[in-house]
Amino acid sequence: MDDTALEAQIDRWRDYVRRHRAVAPDDVDEMTDHLRERIDDLRGAGLDDEEAFLVAVKRLGRLDAVSREFAREHSERLWKQLVLMPDDGTTGARTPWRDLGVLLALAVGAGTAVKIAAAGLDEETFVRNAVFLVLPFLAAYFVWKRRPPLHPVAVVTGSAAVACALVNLYPFAPGGSTALLAAAHAPVVLWALVGVVYAGGRWRSPDRRMDFVRFTGELAIYFVLLALGGGVLLGLTAGLLSLVDVDLEPVLEGWILPFCVPGAFLVAAWLVEAKQEVVENIAPVLTRVFTPLTTVMLAVSFVVLATAGGLTTVDRELLILLDAVLVLVLALLLYSISARDPMARPGLFDGLQLILVVAALAVDALALTAMLTRIAEFGASPNKVAALGLNLLLLVHLVRTGWLLLGFCRRRRGFAALEGWQTSYLPVYAVWAACVVVAFGPLFGFA
Amino acid sequence: MHIDKDLVAASATPLVLGILADGESYGYAIAKQVADLSDGHMEWTDGMLYPLLHRLERHGLIEASWGRSPAGRRRKHYALTAAGRAELAERRSQWEVVAATLDRAWQSLAAPSGPAAISPRPAGGTA
Repeated sequence: MDDTALEAQIDRWRDYVRRHRAVAPDDVDEMTDHLRERIDDLRGAGLDDEEAFLVAVKRLGRLDAVSREFAREHSERLWKQLVLMPDDGTTGARTPWRDLGVLLALAVGAGTAVKIAAAGLDEETFVRNAVFLVLPFLAAYFVWKRRPPLHPVAVVTGSAAVACALVNLYPFAPGGSTALLAAAHAPVVLWALVGVVYAGGRWRSPDRRMDFVRFTGELAIYFVLLALGGGVLLGLTAGLLSLVDVDLEPVLEGWILPFCVPGAFLVAAWLVEAKQEVVENIAPVLTRVFTPLTTVMLAVSFVVLATAGGLTTVDRELLILLDAVLVLVLALLLYSISARDPMARPGLFDGLQLILVVAALAVDALALTAMLTRIAEFGASPNKVAALGLNLLLLVHLVRTGWLLLGFCRRRRGFAALEGWQTSYLPVYAVWAACVVVAFGPLFGFA
Repeated sequence: MHIDKDLVAASATPLVLGILADGESYGYAIAKQVADLSDGHMEWTDGMLYPLLHRLERHGLIEASWGRSPAGRRRKHYALTAAGRAELAERRSQWEVVAATLDRAWQSLAAPSGPAAISPRPAGGTA
């Protein structure tokens, strides 16, 4: 009976030890064995469970000091290592290789699709269809990996096919804004569909949605890193070849880019999947750096825009830029929230986030005023309505986020409310994007 | 009696190597044996034993293998390697020189008082 209390105490102790990064799981096992032996001996000497536990823990020494000693011995552990192919056979050594094999096959498939499309389609059609050429392969990878039930996969495939058909078959006016809007919003719809597959069909689960947010952030970062590395490599190669008068450019445009860009995207996705538990995520670190910087940037923009006067004359491009800035702010918020330890108490960083939200709201209010005055003055156009719609969505999202964040900072509310709001609101963006793709063409006469 | 921590640290490696020279052992048993051999005068902070064992393992003086305790828990066993045996011999001769030197230096002094005296034991690996 008493044993359960003791076990619970030992478990808590293990959790605590595990938090020290220099102490590996094997070491925790080793020290737990030690602790249990000591407890057994002490109990044999007449101590009760509680006393035995306390003495045994005390004799193990201050964990900070022990952990520091471990760190001195294993400094590499502070740099967690990416183990792509676990070599101890504990997890079935064949699966990771098969996983990589499937992924590489899909990457080649995506590259082939892009190559064929690039050769056969004019540039505009190609750009419009690029996501439809690559994302199905990523979705296929997750279908293979997660084995979701057939029903959601069928719905996802059907929806993607409909989106593809609409973007290509609607009688858009060439170069018109509705065509551009549909092409710009289709990726959002498609990404949401990828999310359904990523969640293994359980897209209603808030946890899975949050996982997808994390995945998206890490994927973006990995993809950029791979692209940078690839760019440097290609630049050096081209430089070397040019010394002997060989021009890399035809091969680069004809073969390397069509295969490497989608390939890098899929490999990045695989890396994010593979390292999930192994390496500290990069996104939270970046969000910590960029949250204060973005706040400064928003504050400066707000002051400059507000004092510039005559917002109706403000360039339309500026409004689109403002929308982009707000989307970025939201991405920052989402990643920080997804990466935060939900149990931690409100701290300085949460206050910084609140300031960021307030700054974003101020800029958003400015943008909305400008948009509404423009619409009142020049009438509605597809571009303005799309920008306005997105702005309203962002406004609702930010206001509620700010409110919940304030409640959290004042300790009126738990962090879970904030998380829950993010995950439940996300599908709204996908629905809005779907509306733009489906309805804007007919509504505005395919202008 | 409190033994200076530098002295404990300096003797830790030859002590562990000496205990393992008698055969394979594991963390808790080693710690217990240190306490026994010193009549309880050399009490280590138990946690510090493990980083030390890992250091010796990394230097190839001992090798580790995972097994099970009688109760079925995962337990890491350590055994001395050939390099460890050589190291132990080397350390032992060094300590013998130090001990003999101290002996001779202190010959003229009176015997220490207090609870320091440890009952004489046959010289083991802890010399």
